[in-house]
Amino acid sequence: MMARLLADVPARALVMLGVFFAALCVIPLFANDYFITVLILILYFAFVGQAWNIMTGFAGQLSLGHALYVGLGAYAAAILYVKFGISPWIGLGASIVIAAAAGAVIGFLAFRFGVGGVYFAILTIAFAECARIGFDHWRWVGAASGLFLPVANYTQNDLWNLRGSPIMFYYVVLGMTVGAFVLCHALLRSRVGYYWLAIRESPEAAQALGIDIFRYKMYAVVLSAAMTSLSGVLFAFYYNNLFPEQVFHISRSIEFILGPIIGGIGTLFGPIVGAFVLTTLGESVEEVMRALGIDIPGIKQVFYGICLLLVVMFLPDGIWPPLRKRLGLDRKPRTPGKPK
Amino acid sequence: MRPEFCWGSCVPLEVILNVAASGLLTGLVYGLTSDWLSVIFGVVRVVNFAHGEMMTIAMYLAVILFSYYKLDPLLMMVPIAVVLFVFGYAIQHVLITPFINRPEHSQFILLVAIAIIMVNVLLIVFGPDAKSVQPAYAFDSFQIGTLILDATKVYAAAAAIIVAAALFGFFRFTLVGKAIRACADNYAGALVVGLDVKRLYALTFGLGAACVGAAGSMMTLLVDVTPPLGPAYTLLAFVIVITGGLGSMMGALVGGVLIGVTEALGGLLFTPSAKSMFAFGLLVLILLFRPQGIFGKRPT
Repeated sequence: MMARLLADVPARALVMLGVFFAALCVIPLFANDYFITVLILILYFAFVGQAWNIMTGFAGQLSLGHALYVGLGAYAAAILYVKFGISPWIGLGASIVIAAAAGAVIGFLAFRFGVGGVYFAILTIAFAECARIGFDHWRWVGAASGLFLPVANYTQNDLWNLRGSPIMFYYVVLGMTVGAFVLCHALLRSRVGYYWLAIRESPEAAQALGIDIFRYKMYAVVLSAAMTSLSGVLFAFYYNNLFPEQVFHISRSIEFILGPIIGGIGTLFGPIVGAFVLTTLGESVEEVMRALGIDIPGIKQVFYGICLLLVVMFLPDGIWPPLRKRLGLDRKPRTPGKPK
Repeated sequence: MRPEFCWGSCVPLEVILNVAASGLLTGLVYGLTSDWLSVIFGVVRVVNFAHGEMMTIAMYLAVILFSYYKLDPLLMMVPIAVVLFVFGYAIQHVLITPFINRPEHSQFILLVAIAIIMVNVLLIVFGPDAKSVQPAYAFDSFQIGTLILDATKVYAAAAAIIVAAALFGFFRFTLVGKAIRACADNYAGALVVGLDVKRLYALTFGLGAACVGAAGSMMTLLVDVTPPLGPAYTLLAFVIVITGGLGSMMGALVGGVLIGVTEALGGLLFTPSAKSMFAFGLLVLILLFRPQGIFGKRPT
């Protein structure tokens, strides 16, 4: 297994990856709380981006409603914890099941009836919006006024109940992101992964070759939804509050997918690079504004929008593919090809 | 407060009719606002995610003209449409044309970036507070039998029908309109017969923007404007256009009316804050049973 995963990955890439990972592991020893918070945000976006990438980057089904799975995962685990005192590690089972079921329903409805492309994207938005409005009116879970997890002054990290310091959350989300990375790497080298790429490049050709495209598209949607729900659990327990207006909102969905697209859609490192670039950019703009004493709401987003515009105009494949070349990491043929 | 689950029985029929009629009028304006999205998709094959944002720009223009110069939004429709035409033409020509042959997600990011910039520039310039227009006829109404219709809604809907008819006539009966339809039908063919496709695309986008400008100007009579209204209307326009059939002008109008009435009745019978859920519910049904929309052609 290990050998197959590592086969024909250039040694140079392995070394770089090792150094990068080691750096991420030891950073909390030196960094202050603010820095840790930013890193948590980066890893969180990298994880969701990776999950989204399976569905859109690998299998080619554009989803604009991933906030749905985050929200469902977050609410499922939070409800179990707040109302019944069940640990999030057990609750996440419920999150996965619910989000996967939601993904399966959307996928089933859409792919059965041949709904694809833009139509599919809008369908994913529609479901997320329905969930937002539904939760907004569901009294038992706080409706629009939100669901809160008990917050206390934790002297000790309680990993079992996910109550504790940012450093604990940092390692949890780091573990998740590494897990997602390894999983995606393995998937891209598996039969399923190659089927997905084939479906992405040309569904007709894939079908002609005997690939059951309905089934493999379903796998992509369900897996992506299930993975995304994990980040919802983390979100709920890290921020301790859930508002339907925030977790299910379409701007969340858009936020999730900017990272992987900017980083390089369909690539393994794209979501990670994208999350680093976008989050760092956002935070540093905020810092600069604060230093200059400018306090105009919206100016950060305008800057953000301009950067997005520039990246998408001048780096059509995202940041990672040219960066990979620059770092001398371009592999020989077995690499999954350039995204369409 | 209204009881939460209250279906038909406890609401008098004339109230339902009144609400449906008001939904119908609002729906006509919705339909006009969505027409652009439909035409752009049909011709340029780009899904415009900055649609509602362009409409809010028009709405703010109307609000400024009204509050400083007391100019009626219904009359200002024309100059606002002209301003937005120039704006739309420029956006298409400078930003979108290079993206025509790029993949969907790439175009999506481009338009999302444009939308983010627009919303936040509006936020910086006008602040987060709601702005509104109160013309002299704001509280007038017409009575037809038991139906009582707001004058503002009637005027706005009438204007929407006129603008939509003009747009329809343009595409049907003018040479430029024919050329644009040719681009939509067959891109390569249009190039072969020597049409300046890029210019026609910019023209289409500009005309669409003008149409949205006119609609935005009317919308100020119906709702207050705030910067976040943009994204909300982008979404609403998608729902309408997909319900009616992406790429079909008639479809957008019918979809608008359908969504307007559904929302109005949903708000009345359930709770107003959940009204857009009915619109999305309708969308889901349409996508499942007729993915190409009511008037759409089946994509090949």
